[in-house]
Amino acid sequence: MALKDITLGQYFPGNSPVHKLDPRTKLLAVVLYIVALFLASWFISYALMLAALCLSIAISRVPPKAILRGMKPVVFILVFTGLLNLFYTPGGTPLAQVWIFTITLEGVYRAFFMVVRILMLIAGTFLLTYTTSPILLTDGLESLLGPLKKVKVPVHELAMMMSIALRFIPTLIEETDKIMSAQRARGADFDSGSLLQRARALLPLLVPLFISAFRRADELATAMECRCYHGGEGRTRLRQLKYRASDYLTLALFLAITVAAGVLGHFGL
Amino acid sequence: MDPIIETKQLTHIYSAGTPFEHTALAGIGFHALPGEYLGIIGHTGSGKSTLIQHLNGLLKPSSGQVLLQGGDIWSDPKATRRARFQVGLVFQYPEYQLFEETVYKDISFGPKNMGLDEKETDRRVRSAAYFVGLRDDQLNQSPFELSGGQKRRVAIAGVIAMEPKVLILDEPTAGLDPEGVESILGNIRDYHQVRGATIILVSHSMEDMARTVDRLVVIDDGKIPFQGPPREVFQHGDELEGMGLGVPQLTRVFHRLKALGVDIDPSVYTLDQAKAAILAKLGKGAV
Repeated sequence: MALKDITLGQYFPGNSPVHKLDPRTKLLAVVLYIVALFLASWFISYALMLAALCLSIAISRVPPKAILRGMKPVVFILVFTGLLNLFYTPGGTPLAQVWIFTITLEGVYRAFFMVVRILMLIAGTFLLTYTTSPILLTDGLESLLGPLKKVKVPVHELAMMMSIALRFIPTLIEETDKIMSAQRARGADFDSGSLLQRARALLPLLVPLFISAFRRADELATAMECRCYHGGEGRTRLRQLKYRASDYLTLALFLAITVAAGVLGHFGL
Repeated sequence: MDPIIETKQLTHIYSAGTPFEHTALAGIGFHALPGEYLGIIGHTGSGKSTLIQHLNGLLKPSSGQVLLQGGDIWSDPKATRRARFQVGLVFQYPEYQLFEETVYKDISFGPKNMGLDEKETDRRVRSAAYFVGLRDDQLNQSPFELSGGQKRRVAIAGVIAMEPKVLILDEPTAGLDPEGVESILGNIRDYHQVRGATIILVSHSMEDMARTVDRLVVIDDGKIPFQGPPREVFQHGDELEGMGLGVPQLTRVFHRLKALGVDIDPSVYTLDQAKAAILAKLGKGAV
């Protein structure tokens, strides 16, 4: 097993127009997209959303397979939601009777739209994380949440913690991989045995991992202090976020889609 | 003599089918003889770490074979497990793998996983500790109280305690002071001589390699461009430098002398050889 194959943070490097958008634009666009998804209510508005999603994926050149692969873990939730909506939608035209449950036409539609909504929600957010590196994402979040500094929310510190955490995920995965290999070389077995045996087998992995994580944290803190790091006040950035024409265009488009979905949804289309 | 371990057309591709796809090994044919002291050199990212992790079955070949005493180590799970114990692998900075409460318990982790009884485990722990120069009273200490160099000895002992027929060490002297380097290399030599085991040393220090190994295998970009006794390999000075490896400083001096027009054998790499070559050149004969 190669832990390296796990794509945490999900970033897919690329050079498409979607990759090049300002992270703030993408974050806002995703928020608008989610709002629009909840405003949509019938085939026409969903078709509009689906078109927007497919177009974005096509422009991003992220392989659709990669997005589908990410859906796997939510299959259970999808089935569960689908069934709940199918059986528990009151009123309407009855279609079939299963034991004490009645399946209605409304229920079928509702279950269908709910599942489609969740799928599109996940696909949209995946597109964000696939096309935006974690560092840019936190930069974007910090900038968008900036106004909260006025009410004493430590936005910079939170963003810094997030960046550091994200920065160390690959390092820790690599470290875990190394320690696992080293213990395997001494005959450790992580993949077989009872639950208790497996939990015990993790000890030779977790102890060194914790020790090294603490060591790294300590070293990083020292290194930051050596460079006189003291928080966000008066700090300038290497990467300046800047909106460009394409960002305004994207935002305008998504705003239009949201309004359209809202209007269509309002009229039940 | 039949090789104790060999690879045939060994290829390994990381993250196949993703944008991160990377061919680390491209059809490597590598072998080690019983009792041989072998050195593997290669630049960072050349594929040497990938190669050694195939030798004890930690990585599975994308294609090709790894044979231990003639048998494919992936033929069945038992063969793979046997390879784990017969081919001991000491990773780079092995001190970061220590986890037990005492040095003794940590060294006994390997033998216990092999399913050995108390008595045999005890014998192996003590003999491994002896090989790496740990004192008896240190066995009951916590490994985390020891110095960096001593921690590394404990980690090496943890692998030696499995008494592998092939012992692979990845940069065992990285980050140690000259005295520590000497002493660890000495411990490995002792194990080689007393046990008659095959040693495979991975390093990029040409000086360390030149002094210790019988045969050098150069890895570059997932392939083996040269292998042979250090003297032969160092004749490819320019190519080695092209790979970011370089030759020992002494060899470089002699290469330069040759380039300046002195008729001298440029393949020396130890002080004694250098002395002999210069004296011979000056017509005074060996002293």
